[in-house]
Amino acid sequence: MSSADVVTGSRGALAAAPADRPLPAPPREYQFPRFSRATLPNGLRLIVAPVRKLPLVTVLAVIEAGAAAEPAGKQGVAALTVDLLLEGAAGMDGAALSDRFEGIGATVDAHADWDVVALSLTTLAAQLPEALALVRDLLRSPDFPEREVARLKEERLAELLQQRAEPRGLADEHFARAVYQPEARFAVPAGGDPGSVRALSGDDVRAFYRARFLPAGVSLMFAGDVSMEQARLLADELFGDWQGTQPPAAPGGIDDARSGPLVRVVAKDEAPQSEVRVGHVGPARGTEDYFDAMVMNAVLGGLFSSRINLNLREVHGYTYGAFSGFDWRRARGPWGVSTAVKSDVTGAAVREILAEIDRMRTEEIGPDELTLATSYLDGVFPIRYETTAAIASALANLVIHELPDDYHDRYRERVRAVTTGSVLRAAQRHLDPAQLRIVVVGDPGVAASLREVTGRTVDVVSANGMEVVP
Amino acid sequence: MHIPIESTELPNGLKVILSEDHTAPLVAVNLWYHVGSANERLGRTGFAHLFEHMLFQGSVNVGSNEHFELVQRAGGTLNGSTWLDRTNYFETVPSNQLELALWLEANRMGWLLPAMTQQKLDTQRDVVQNERRWSMDNQPYGTWWERLPAIAFPAGHPFNHSLIGSIEDLDAASLDDIAQFFATYYTPDNAVLTIAGDFEPAEARAMVTRHFGAIPRGAGKPPLPDMSLPPTFGGAMREVVPDDVMLPRLFLAFRSPVFGTDEYYAASVAGAILGLRKGSRLHRSLVREQQIASEAQAFTYDLAKGSDLLVVDVTARPETTVEALEGAVHAEIDGMMRDGVTEAEVARVITLIETEFVAALQSASDRADRLSMFATYFGDPELVNRQASRYRAVTVAQVNAFARERLVHDNRASLLYVPRGDAVEADAAPPQSDLAMAEAP
Repeated sequence: MSSADVVTGSRGALAAAPADRPLPAPPREYQFPRFSRATLPNGLRLIVAPVRKLPLVTVLAVIEAGAAAEPAGKQGVAALTVDLLLEGAAGMDGAALSDRFEGIGATVDAHADWDVVALSLTTLAAQLPEALALVRDLLRSPDFPEREVARLKEERLAELLQQRAEPRGLADEHFARAVYQPEARFAVPAGGDPGSVRALSGDDVRAFYRARFLPAGVSLMFAGDVSMEQARLLADELFGDWQGTQPPAAPGGIDDARSGPLVRVVAKDEAPQSEVRVGHVGPARGTEDYFDAMVMNAVLGGLFSSRINLNLREVHGYTYGAFSGFDWRRARGPWGVSTAVKSDVTGAAVREILAEIDRMRTEEIGPDELTLATSYLDGVFPIRYETTAAIASALANLVIHELPDDYHDRYRERVRAVTTGSVLRAAQRHLDPAQLRIVVVGDPGVAASLREVTGRTVDVVSANGMEVVP
Repeated sequence: MHIPIESTELPNGLKVILSEDHTAPLVAVNLWYHVGSANERLGRTGFAHLFEHMLFQGSVNVGSNEHFELVQRAGGTLNGSTWLDRTNYFETVPSNQLELALWLEANRMGWLLPAMTQQKLDTQRDVVQNERRWSMDNQPYGTWWERLPAIAFPAGHPFNHSLIGSIEDLDAASLDDIAQFFATYYTPDNAVLTIAGDFEPAEARAMVTRHFGAIPRGAGKPPLPDMSLPPTFGGAMREVVPDDVMLPRLFLAFRSPVFGTDEYYAASVAGAILGLRKGSRLHRSLVREQQIASEAQAFTYDLAKGSDLLVVDVTARPETTVEALEGAVHAEIDGMMRDGVTEAEVARVITLIETEFVAALQSASDRADRLSMFATYFGDPELVNRQASRYRAVTVAQVNAFARERLVHDNRASLLYVPRGDAVEADAAPPQSDLAMAEAP
């Protein structure tokens, strides 16, 4: 039927049926953006990916100064240090620095993570030399004014205070404390806890900066409307005379796991929902079966069409969403399932989660489930790298995790090489029902259903970790 | 920077916008339906959004849960969202899967109802009620989403009521409501379809005709009531909400010129001078200098009808009293109203906005969404290419005129969250007791 025949038709009386589902056309080739590397004599590394779609450049400066490298007792100093770079440098105060960047339309943001900290700059290409000269001031000549040290500490303490009443953040924090040994760095938030932040001083920040902000520990990722030649010239001019040695590696023991099961309720009286976390310490990013583990997780809880989300959301209507994920770090980050369910189905939801984890380890997934995950990860690959910021971030992963230069070029074939058998092995290797730790932020009344479902005692604590019920 | 645009319209009224870009082998498909929570009838708050969920539950040739699965299996990303005056659905797929995305969208536009069942509706009702709890009821300050419009728009105005809806109204939604809403609003003549990315225009046009061409035009939708509003509230309004929060937070809203007008761009620049990034007045004064706030920002709703809202959003530091917080925010607003802004401030935000705009247009999905937006609101997708010049045309005098006319005390609506059990504040201002409705009933 031609479209002209039906323009006045009633919606209740459709004559036409829809066409059959179309088949895909032949796929078009895609390559991750070409990039090249260079190292300055002082050890500072560059990776440059020219992408000339728009007159825009992102520069991501990655520094070997993550929370994992903090000295004992100084939790939070990494985040405080990188945030303070923006609050005074080369004699300019924070307001003057904001004026200089924003006056040329450039944005600069500080990020703190476990393995590294970073400054990300996005600017129109024409302003790159001026903007990058300012980034040089931040990285090489920070002033760390005492007034700003005190202010940013107060802001971090305010954020931590807010978290007492924020169920998602509270659940994540209690989950980390539940899976790692108390003295392990990963047990405490990357930004520190109230006690550690309060104790930090300007001297701590300056000492951390001196020990870790060194040219051989800095990598600059350029993505966008820029050439290797221009990037190299700028880097030579702005960073070539920066002197310093290699920062030491992060200490061990930061990822020591607790062992055995645990069921804990963090009391939030009359909460309308329970924030649920179920998991344990997972593998490090360097695990040799990374692709098998990633596909395994996609099937279990990584995709919208995953087992856990379809079960909890689409079959039972318990939740708006449920997912699982590895937190990939150099050392062993957590793996866990995360969801928020209506309070009166907390026990039932946990039962379904435990059953899905079990099923993942006891039988091979179906071939359709495998291809759903692999064809998704394969097909979506180009869609992930549409922006200069995303490309720079992908390049940073090469540095952070010491991945080979052909990593992105081989990514899709390695996803396609995963099999139902290798997924089962990854599940048996990385999911351990005997070690699962369950943390629920919710009304203490949900403890009874958790006891019934798990057959274990449930300890109930307050938001700050104090036991409220023996 | 210029985005290529080609617009057509099918005989059934579907507006089609094509924007080619062969940088990467991917393509974004984006559909805007010109219906949102403003179109809901009394007793059915939240229905437009619940309906959006139902569009992912299959159609005559698509099984339940198959919509998500087919797109993900094709290597695509997808979602939908509901707003006061529109609902959008979008996917980005490898370019060889364009026709699948179009087929899925056409199937649910033309042949949704045979797939609707009571069980699917009941499940999605549970999901949406959990979405409400997750995003609002169990989240500090989460209820601002429905409390602020409830203050800023008079009772009965289409933008006044809750977008996510009340649990009771969601409970009342029926399959009949689904059928009626679908027939009224999900028609090709009430929609804009944008395709952005790697495709051949002739092929894409043929696919669109093949899949959407047979869907009949709608019978027309009921007109919205007159949405126009006076330029100011006509009196200061203030609502205090004791809540399960640790720090006071103030949302201060102003009626402002509707999206798309010259005055809107001046208002947007004023808002950015107040609260865009760290060089803004609020951050500089309240966070850096006075140290009474931990965060400060400003934004506009970008509503194209009735009245837009400019909102200032400031969270107190732990030791800051509510009086000090409110006093300092109002003092900043008073200062801009009285003394105006500088050339340097206007220049700063225009160049920042331009960089952010260019950065956002990198993604095919964002490009497609903006094209759909301009076509839906103004019938002219080419407006996307005039945004930078419209911002550049804003003058200090225009921003100052906006500040003088719209930042006045009679145009300030405060929504103030305070920690529950804060005895001093609760005594001084019990919940809702000093909410002064400025509008005539």
